[in-house]
Amino acid sequence: MAEIQNYTMNFGPQHPAAHGVLRLVLELDGEVIQKADPHVGLLHRGTEKLAESKPYSQSIGYMDRLDYVSMMCNEHGYVLAIEKLLGITVPLRAQYIRVMFDEITRILNHLMWLGAHGLDIGAMTMFLYCFREREDLMDCYEAVSGTRMHATYYRPGGVYRDLPESMPKYQESKFRSTKEVERLNSIRDGSLLDFIEAFTDKFPGCVDEYETLLTDNRIWKQRTVNIGVVTPERAMQLGFTGPMLRGSGVEWDLRKKQPYEVYDQVDFDIPVGVNGDCYDRYLVRVEEFRQSNRIIKQCVDWLRENPGPVMVDDYKVVAPKRVEMKDDMESLIHHFKLFTEGYCVPTGEAYAAVEHPKGEFGVYLVSDGANKPYRVKIRAPGFAHLSAMSEMVEGHMLADVVAVIGTQDIVFGEVDR
Amino acid sequence: MTDRYETLAARMDERFGEQIERVTSICGELTFEVGKDDLIEVATALRNEAEFGFEMLIDVCGVDYLSYGSDEWNTSSATGTGFSRGVEREPVILDEADEFDPERFAVVYHLLSLQHNFRMRLRVYTGTENPPIVASVVDIWNGANWFEREVFDLFGILFQGHPDLRRILTDYGFIGHPFRKDFPLVGNVEVSYDAEKGRVAYQPVSIEPRTLVPRVIRDDNRYSADLKDGADG
Repeated sequence: MAEIQNYTMNFGPQHPAAHGVLRLVLELDGEVIQKADPHVGLLHRGTEKLAESKPYSQSIGYMDRLDYVSMMCNEHGYVLAIEKLLGITVPLRAQYIRVMFDEITRILNHLMWLGAHGLDIGAMTMFLYCFREREDLMDCYEAVSGTRMHATYYRPGGVYRDLPESMPKYQESKFRSTKEVERLNSIRDGSLLDFIEAFTDKFPGCVDEYETLLTDNRIWKQRTVNIGVVTPERAMQLGFTGPMLRGSGVEWDLRKKQPYEVYDQVDFDIPVGVNGDCYDRYLVRVEEFRQSNRIIKQCVDWLRENPGPVMVDDYKVVAPKRVEMKDDMESLIHHFKLFTEGYCVPTGEAYAAVEHPKGEFGVYLVSDGANKPYRVKIRAPGFAHLSAMSEMVEGHMLADVVAVIGTQDIVFGEVDR
Repeated sequence: MTDRYETLAARMDERFGEQIERVTSICGELTFEVGKDDLIEVATALRNEAEFGFEMLIDVCGVDYLSYGSDEWNTSSATGTGFSRGVEREPVILDEADEFDPERFAVVYHLLSLQHNFRMRLRVYTGTENPPIVASVVDIWNGANWFEREVFDLFGILFQGHPDLRRILTDYGFIGHPFRKDFPLVGNVEVSYDAEKGRVAYQPVSIEPRTLVPRVIRDDNRYSADLKDGADG
């Protein structure tokens, strides 16, 4: 009889289910995985080293490009670390805006995850449904920052500007008829807050739609139930955070346990899983849609009632308004100094973490008192999750690798940095 | 610094005594420096003993303190010749010394206790050895595996007892440790497709490093401790 040997297979780096550039070297016994060895780093850009060569505020844009589906949350971690070292407290309105956009980002991220995860394991419709709602949220990004993705909206000291009174509108073209443009623009007549409020009214219905398609779907359950089970002990041991940890039944959410900004002022619940499999993590994330929606609603109500500044009033850190520069020497000097040299951050070290849609996103800053950080370390949740890939897929079938990659919500911008 | 953290710090002092040294923080975080030889003992105790309960290792981070506190632009003497935006840089000389400054490389561990809701930072200096080496904490926190590989890849710090210490983020066959301060930002080699050879080929970098904003350290009295205390009081 012929001797049967293990078979080694290469998965990726160019594979639609690899979510970017993941190269997996799989050792197979028949169709059963014996060992998985992820090779990462194909998207390594040296963000941390680049940040060391630039003044603090010039690296905010790099943060967007880490986890490129939850841009503002990355910025949030970075600006929080700077603010911690500088000892600034952000105006309350800016805190509410940040919380609102963190949650919009969470929905954006989870929509991307749900669409891609669904597509990976055979639910084509999900992708189309999710991208329909993503488009609206991208418009919120655009309205507030001018770009749909890489916003650079959070700045040390607050946010770049207050919420706009009008929404960008669609224009007629040979691809878009008058009727279509009217339909699209009908919800864009009011301010950004009106638009977001309309979205929060509509969104729970959308989540119901996703759930109708997936939650009790026989094929979906066959592909996710009991796949990639992680016990709570292992999850903690492996450094899991976010939905990966909560899916295993550990009630841990930085927004509740170590609240930053105004998360202690808003009302929401933390969903936790029971079995720690892909299905439970799916349920956790779907419930996070609803909870995020709740938080956004509360923020919209608060922001309507309470106008105010969105940046600290300190020209040593925040650039003065252009109008003021025209007739105020001090403002002109501050502006010049900020943009040629930046600000010096006091000597010390700080670690600031936010509950990123994927888990704990932390930024560790070491400052030696210069205008550039001495060392920036980005703690990416996906990095810890992917390192547990081998353990999660061992003993599963080849097709389940895709389900596990999906459930880990991997984005290579942050894993490789 | 809240009372809870003060209590924890006191308990740490009581338990470990000479093995650890507290570092003052300007933003209320708890940092301890641990001797290289005591790392495993301290880390095991921090995870296993109920009063600490740090069951999670959040991050492992390498730091190269080679140019800590040095600036590129000395403003007090430069005005005679005028300021230049581009900074003249010394050519980078790779550190081939047999011994490092004892405080050149450090490994920083960020710990999190879910049961007590504490965070803590441990710092270990790697000492004078070249290549620098510290004990691996993979057996204590399994999640450390990739984090330590990353530190090895980027800083060249070895971890004794690590099961699989390979490079992780850099290219296959990469030479050097890019996050060391003596490694140039533009790198040493660049790649391009060589039509004659019919493959991608490496060659020395052709771009020159350029500093747009010089590194400056300024004393800002707003942050000095005595003034701050005065404002609070």
